[in-house]
Amino acid sequence: MINLAGRDILHAWGRFVLTGIGLGLLIGVTLSMAGIYRGMVDDAQALLGNSGADLWVVQKDTLGPYAESSSIRDDLYRSLLGMPGVARAANVAYLTMQVTRGGADVRVMLVGFEPGQPGEPGYLVAGRPVTRNHYEVVADVKTGFRLGERVRVRRHDYTVVGLTRRMVSAGGDPMLFVPLKDAQEVQFLKDNDALINERARSAANPQLNRPGVPGLLEAIQASQASSHNVNAVLVQVKAGVDPEQAAAGIRRWKHLEAYTRVQMADILVARLIATSARQIAMFLVILSVVSAAIVAFIIYTMTLGKIREIAVLKLIGTRNRTIAGMILQQALGLGLIGFVVGKTVATLWAPFFPKYVLLEPGDALRGFVIVMLICALASTLAIRAALRVDPASAIGA
Amino acid sequence: MSETGIRIEGLKKRYGHGEAAVDALKDVNMTVAPGEVVGLIGPSGSGKSTLLKCLGAVIEPTAGRMWLGDELIFDDGWKTSDLRALRRDRIGFVFQAPYLIPFLDVTDNVALLPMLAGQPNAVARRRAAELLAALDVGHRAAARPSALSGGEQQRVAIARALANQPPVILADEPTAPLDSERALGVMRILNDMARQYRTAVIVVTHDEKIIPTFRRIYHIRDGQTFEEAGEGRAL
Repeated sequence: MINLAGRDILHAWGRFVLTGIGLGLLIGVTLSMAGIYRGMVDDAQALLGNSGADLWVVQKDTLGPYAESSSIRDDLYRSLLGMPGVARAANVAYLTMQVTRGGADVRVMLVGFEPGQPGEPGYLVAGRPVTRNHYEVVADVKTGFRLGERVRVRRHDYTVVGLTRRMVSAGGDPMLFVPLKDAQEVQFLKDNDALINERARSAANPQLNRPGVPGLLEAIQASQASSHNVNAVLVQVKAGVDPEQAAAGIRRWKHLEAYTRVQMADILVARLIATSARQIAMFLVILSVVSAAIVAFIIYTMTLGKIREIAVLKLIGTRNRTIAGMILQQALGLGLIGFVVGKTVATLWAPFFPKYVLLEPGDALRGFVIVMLICALASTLAIRAALRVDPASAIGA
Repeated sequence: MSETGIRIEGLKKRYGHGEAAVDALKDVNMTVAPGEVVGLIGPSGSGKSTLLKCLGAVIEPTAGRMWLGDELIFDDGWKTSDLRALRRDRIGFVFQAPYLIPFLDVTDNVALLPMLAGQPNAVARRRAAELLAALDVGHRAAARPSALSGGEQQRVAIARALANQPPVILADEPTAPLDSERALGVMRILNDMARQYRTAVIVVTHDEKIIPTFRRIYHIRDGQTFEEAGEGRAL
């Protein structure tokens, strides 16, 4: 038996292919949306993986350091090192900010870390690690900085000594790794004018500038000009130790919040990017409905254009299922072309998105099945119209 | 070989019910022998189309009897439940316009019917090639219908109607869009094919150009048929 659908497609292939390309672009957008969500999840996973931590110790009753602000003293890590099961503990400071490069703003996450400790960049793709206590930076390649380039961060210039890759915040902002002391200064210290102003205020405050208490004002002013806070302490537990058990001890005895990797992943994925995920899901639903409407409209109009031929086919004895099969195959063919085009363009344009777009084969497979189901569903309108054609209409018209 | 191509006795068709009922066919009697071409003539609203649809098994008559060859196919009800197969295998259709399938080439337009009947593609195409050659359009076998002239398309349509060797062909105004020469050409072909393949052909028409070519004519008026001898002018 002849494949009627194939012959019909070949007969008007130009219109069919152009329609498929149009549908494909829509499918490409849909796949990209899914890829953006996957990229956000992957960014979150990369953030956790690259930190090298088993536990995140943060201010009590906060979801810090990524989802909420958290501020703890920078000497707490010493007491954490004395806790059972803790192998390593290191301070980290995080600050999302904008730096300029070539006159353009680059949004980055500034990470203050201690060299050789959890929180340092996992690997370098060029250059060397930070070896000095100040004014050296390792940048993610996505920032666009090159080795040796000078980066202005607040009051100081930093030299890019190393480049790393896939070190991004949960929001997809590339990271700049600087020594912890520098990050603390950037994060907590005020500018000179503010410091002078603050000193004047303190000096004018009789509570702080008491006669007969020498050294009090100086001590207060010194505390205002230095910072001993960090956002979190990253903890690595000893081999064989259950991170949850270590976390429970920290919560119980140190009055801090401690999150395991699973809990932090839940915070990042289920809470921090949950709204974005719902937003993307909404887009996916709308795009699916639009795709279905387009396929239904195209197949329906193609079928209406063949009503006379369908009446003749029915009159000369063609089975309903042959006619329904022809329409269904055309809808699926349209879906197939659309999917191939959509997958191709999504792959081609993914690198140009400002945020990471992760196109997973599993998503592509699921997308293919969904496209085919949508096309099959969309063809029902046209099939219904074709099956309602009266073969008698071919006679005596 | 049966001496009856198609026979109809007391065929009636009523549309609607009660006071709104319309008797489109009241008492239709007709016999067409194998190899014979008869005309069916009548004014608009006389019941031509209804009769054609009843003969074509696309609507069900209200009463009467119909035979195709020796087989009683209708006796106050269809004798078979598969009317689609009946139409496919036992009835050929030729329309006013050829209504060829535009996305199939000429050969496959003709071969489609045998293929639908379950014949292998090669066998169906061989049969199509024979018919196209017999109808003098074999040289256009690979062409699309849109590349054919009106006369060629109509000949392909006749070949399609003959593809499953049906005992009867129903031709609905097959010469309406054609000039005299082409119209007579189509009638010549129908007569030749009817004789060659022993097919009964009923031509519904009010084309004055071809009416003199019929040896027998059925007039239909107010749902009833009246037979008269035609001129039987040589083609």
